[in-house]
Amino acid sequence: MGRKLLLDKAHIENIRLYDVYRREGGYRSVEKALKSMSPDGVTDEVKKSGLRGRGGAGFPTGMKWSFLAKPEGVPRYLVVNADESEPGTFKDRYLMEFIPHLLIEGMIVSSYALGSNRSYIYIRGEYAWIVNILEQAIAEAKNNGWLGKNILGSGFDCEIYVQRGAGAYICGEETALLESLEGKRGNPRIKPPFPAVKGLWGCPTVVNNVESIAAVVPIINEGGEEYAKIGIGKSTGTKLISACGNINKPGVYEIDMTISVEEFLYSDEYCGGIANGKKLKACIPGGSSVPILPANLLLKTAKGETRMMTYESLADGGFATGSMMGSGGFIVLDETQCVVRHTYTLARFYRHESCGQCTPCREGTPWLENLLYKLEYGKGKMSDIDLLWNVQKNIEGNTICPLGDAAAWPVAAAIRHFRDEFEWHVNNPEECLKKNYGLAGYADPINVPV
Amino acid sequence: MAEEIKKEAPKLFKVTIDNKTIEVPPGTTILNAARMIGVEVAPPAMCYYSKLEESGGRCRSCLVEVAAGSTADPRPMPKLVASCRTTVMDGMVVNNYSSERVLDARKGVVEFLLVNHPLDCPICDQAGECYLQDFSYEHGKTAASRYEFKKRIFELEDIGPYIKLHMTRCILCYRCVLVADQLTEKRVHGVLKRGDHAEISTYISKAIDNDFSGNMIDVCPVGALTDRTFRFKNRVWFTKPVDAHRDCDKCCGKVTLWQRGEEVMRVTSRKDPWAEVQTIDGKPAWICNDCRFHKKKINDWVIEGPTVISRHSVIAQGHYEGMIKPKETLPEVMGGRDPKLLMDIRKVSGVNSVDISQLPGPATSETFKKKEQ
Repeated sequence: MGRKLLLDKAHIENIRLYDVYRREGGYRSVEKALKSMSPDGVTDEVKKSGLRGRGGAGFPTGMKWSFLAKPEGVPRYLVVNADESEPGTFKDRYLMEFIPHLLIEGMIVSSYALGSNRSYIYIRGEYAWIVNILEQAIAEAKNNGWLGKNILGSGFDCEIYVQRGAGAYICGEETALLESLEGKRGNPRIKPPFPAVKGLWGCPTVVNNVESIAAVVPIINEGGEEYAKIGIGKSTGTKLISACGNINKPGVYEIDMTISVEEFLYSDEYCGGIANGKKLKACIPGGSSVPILPANLLLKTAKGETRMMTYESLADGGFATGSMMGSGGFIVLDETQCVVRHTYTLARFYRHESCGQCTPCREGTPWLENLLYKLEYGKGKMSDIDLLWNVQKNIEGNTICPLGDAAAWPVAAAIRHFRDEFEWHVNNPEECLKKNYGLAGYADPINVPV
Repeated sequence: MAEEIKKEAPKLFKVTIDNKTIEVPPGTTILNAARMIGVEVAPPAMCYYSKLEESGGRCRSCLVEVAAGSTADPRPMPKLVASCRTTVMDGMVVNNYSSERVLDARKGVVEFLLVNHPLDCPICDQAGECYLQDFSYEHGKTAASRYEFKKRIFELEDIGPYIKLHMTRCILCYRCVLVADQLTEKRVHGVLKRGDHAEISTYISKAIDNDFSGNMIDVCPVGALTDRTFRFKNRVWFTKPVDAHRDCDKCCGKVTLWQRGEEVMRVTSRKDPWAEVQTIDGKPAWICNDCRFHKKKINDWVIEGPTVISRHSVIAQGHYEGMIKPKETLPEVMGGRDPKLLMDIRKVSGVNSVDISQLPGPATSETFKKKEQ
């Protein structure tokens, strides 16, 4: 049984309400931080914990906080990124829906550490009902003196506001999020300057994922070093994984990062194996934008080691034979799924969500979608597969924000690992409309393409 | 004491671009440093406009490779960077034309830009002074297009009394949006929608009618925004540029007239070698709509003399140096005989009543008027 830090009390009835949350030991970290720690002390504690950003990139949170510019007389802001729009990721939704006070508590402590007197939660527009839950939680916290002026007599003021987005994936990118929060068109900004120097309204800003901020609560309660003991290597603490696809028990799971992918996938405590007794074909371990892995490379790395649910192990082998932890959207495909169709669906999503600001992404993503549509419906040529590879290569790394990479990586990985399935679609235009390619050799012992 | 002086004197940063070294003040971008060195190392720029704040970074045509970040931290940058928005560091080493990776990436960018571009250069007013023509000519692939899907098409739109918007040609550089933001008090147009549906438009067909809106035409790198008083009147390489000025209470009044014979075909602001508006007396010489659209008689202006032509224009001699002429195959096919003229379109149609090649000087509207009588 893994250790739970974020969701250990999620099952308690009415934990959503302040009274229950407080009774179960809530807001202890605020008391501890504001009464006995300095802001820099809190930052140090987060640094010690080795907490890595849970939004996808995995950048150390404490490091990010210490980069925040602190000029005199300029306000600083904390913005919580709750614009969770990655297909396959729904962990923050669970957290905010069931234990909203955990986020509020984490935000108060983080705001104290960063010196932010006004903190924002930017939430995606589709989570309309969660806005009400959060606002109720904020009102309760305020009524009980955890927000407002001079919190706990420490002289620290803090207000939290919730801002709804209009449902754009791109607004999950931190600079586009800030633009949107300022009331402008959600175009990513060109970096540098980074938000830590010039963010919201030109002031230093830290943008963190919901889960990262929530994880600050157990770090302060138990101490950073204690938190760092959980997990392997640089992957410390617990991580929320939202598992979906062809598995027996889809849902949000909290794992301490010590278990193997195989255990996560097949143990009854977590996903419970592939649904309907089918076989595993492929899996996207970290949300739609990370590379897809075939079954053989998912459970074992190219070196033959067991793949663990950690940042390092999932990335082992680079993009040739590895993937990424990403935001923890664990999407499982069984033997009846078609990888070409799956890639086409993703390409369609990225085409729809591209902001249209920079050339490679604006013109490249529709091209990817069109080519994949042709291949999926049996109208493709063999040269289209090479063209697809070439187009994704021209997009990757040449765009302003990571959306271009996010659109290119899944296509690249699908061609890299499942090229024979693409070729089958070209060679059997009639058949590919009626049935799927099936499992072929994807679950066999590792045959590494380089 | 000595330290104080050190602080006051601005330290210069040494930067090496394509093996050429230059010292520039801190805060200069790589692109501007390269422009200081000269044409041979300057990266192309489709969206960057030095006179507009916040411009650049979008078209990705100016990507360069940073081989060494600075003297203090000589690690190379992993990705190609947009040179127009990246500031130089002391000891930075940049590869532009000398890097295969950069040229490959630019080929990709050209291809992406042309994917949805109509390539209607033969009927486009911008042809001859189009950034995209130059960019694709200099950096594009020599192969045919690999894109075999339908191109994106928009309807023509009149935005205001003087400007025609041809959205199909637009490359979304955002320059016109920035002009409206920074030159005029109230911007009434912008980018609507997103992704490949993104378009420049006005909000609910509102007309753009402020005094400086004409500058949007000058900054447009392609033929998306064209001058309605000049549309289809002439090809730019048939017109002669002449510097002129007049007293104008709204703007600096210093312009370039584009003449055909004695007739002023169009008026634009003066351009520098980077095809940007010249800086005159420390300010960008934007011109007002009055000068641009209404003063089209030669006696409205004081002529200063012929314009020094920008290297970006086709009318510049030797712009396409080393161009390979296509092989003339007609005599070979005809076996030495002269081709037979099947139909002289001039005689049949009655439209082109003047044989322009037979005229002693340039054809003007006067030539055509005489013939009609």
